[in-house]
Amino acid sequence: MEVPDVKQSWPNSINEVTIGATKEGGGTRSHAITVGGTRTLPFLYFEGNIPHRPVIAMEVWDIAPTDWPEELGKYFSDVWDDPGKWAKKCVDEFEADFICLRLQGCDPDGENKGSHEAAQAVERVLKSVAVPLIIWGCGNDEKDNEIFPACSQTAAGERCLLGTITEDNYKTLVALCKADKHKLIAESPVDINIAKQVNVLATDIGLAPEDIVIYPSTGALGYGMEYVYSIMERGRIAGLSGDKMWAMPLLADIGREVWKVKEAIAPEEEVPGWGDHIQRGPLWETITGLVYLQAGTDIFIMWHPKAVKELKKYIDSLMKKNSRKN
Amino acid sequence: MIFVGERINGGFKDIQRAVKEKNKSTIQRWAKIQSEAGADYLDVNIGAASNKVDDFIWMIEAVQEAVETPVSIDSNKPAFVEKAIKACKNPPIINSTTADKEKLDQIIPLVVEHNASLIGLCMDRKGSPQDVNRRVELGATIFSEAIEKGLPEDRIFLDPVTMPLKFLQPQARNLIEAVHQFTLLSSPPPHIILGLSNISSKAKEMRLINRIFLVMCIEAGVDAAICDVTDKDLVNSAITAEVILNKHIYSDLFIKAYQAAKKP
Repeated sequence: MEVPDVKQSWPNSINEVTIGATKEGGGTRSHAITVGGTRTLPFLYFEGNIPHRPVIAMEVWDIAPTDWPEELGKYFSDVWDDPGKWAKKCVDEFEADFICLRLQGCDPDGENKGSHEAAQAVERVLKSVAVPLIIWGCGNDEKDNEIFPACSQTAAGERCLLGTITEDNYKTLVALCKADKHKLIAESPVDINIAKQVNVLATDIGLAPEDIVIYPSTGALGYGMEYVYSIMERGRIAGLSGDKMWAMPLLADIGREVWKVKEAIAPEEEVPGWGDHIQRGPLWETITGLVYLQAGTDIFIMWHPKAVKELKKYIDSLMKKNSRKN
Repeated sequence: MIFVGERINGGFKDIQRAVKEKNKSTIQRWAKIQSEAGADYLDVNIGAASNKVDDFIWMIEAVQEAVETPVSIDSNKPAFVEKAIKACKNPPIINSTTADKEKLDQIIPLVVEHNASLIGLCMDRKGSPQDVNRRVELGATIFSEAIEKGLPEDRIFLDPVTMPLKFLQPQARNLIEAVHQFTLLSSPPPHIILGLSNISSKAKEMRLINRIFLVMCIEAGVDAAICDVTDKDLVNSAITAEVILNKHIYSDLFIKAYQAAKKP
């Protein structure tokens, strides 16, 4: 019996987005990182090209976290009073591809730091490491709109990835992105329609589709992961089929989601039978990352050095087929 | 949805005059208006304005000077088609061939050679089909001939022949049924195109009839129409129908999303 050929060929490719600018590009980064460009579902090399490998950013805060599990404190507590040192450790010791600076200290319900301090944190990280940078706000729309102008300007020309814009709050960041030549993360609440809507809104006021990365929200293993997976998959199929408002690279915010679920942090004495939490936590983060890798994620934000290392190994092994073919 | 702008047609008085007077500006104005309204192709038909092939080429060149939108070469004369296809900057649609063997033998190799697409009109020298089966039979003949001669299915457009509702009322329903059967010819199915405005010929509520008929046909499988692309209600209804059929991912601004997706 003849085996039918089920190979798909896609009319459209996912946009390439380049983060970070070197001296030639008007910035000060040692190199730029390009993601996207694929013309196939994840790792189906027989269908299409995958020109760029998925990348991992490690997360750094502008304040010392008070609620991170002890397991993470072991690696970072010696540096987390200084975002510059923290970032450097992630790059030098844990081989992060790049850094995500989350401006958690600006949260009005927390330390409520101002725009000047936020911009200082951005500057510290830019000076301490040469890799490209994601700058993620505190999540409060009003406050983010207040702090981002200074942060964006401090990093002007560095082609950072700024986030996030949402359906209800996108104008300020789009304007900054255009003025200071950054890229944007478009966030939606696990909703394929709103993910598209944010992109329509942002491009309607002049943002290029090639400046957008889609963040469709992230759920940890056991916490809605398969729902996000299905959105990523359907959106990616639409993008490859020609829907330009879904033809963007995908981002997954792994660390933040994983390190708040009890399966990742509860010690064994609290939950007998679950095994050693020192192994379980990083494993939970690795597996969550691995699933999002298969869903088509291009950019990962992660916390635990061991999880970063393990996921990188998977990425290497899956990308090997690419080099073998090319 | 693939929209083919119908307006550059010698059947319209202003176009007829433009051809006779060799006045490019009228033709170019319609080329721009229709392209801006979202036409994917611009149909060019010389009608009774002239019987000279050079005049037809002149029309196509006038269009191409004004816009980048590819043209639909609307002529039933193979000699016109052959010359026109060579004058096209972007791969055109050939509108059209009938199901007659000698015509298929003549036109299809030209289409294949020039990377063009083909509209296959489901009729032959015996005339227009009066029922569902005859339409499907003629459609299948054109489709299989085209595939055999090396034209990929995504460059084949079957046209089930739209007839005026006012004079041939039962045909509208026959057409819809035939469209449905066309979708079963292959996977993915060929494109199915309507010469939409025929449905409302000489009727009073032309726009309403055009709009509703197109929406009903989209549900049956139509994905292309030669129509008045400047009729916003018509175009938006077609886009909405496709969203309802889950062909595009919904967003609150889905009309805008559709337009944004079409930008080069």
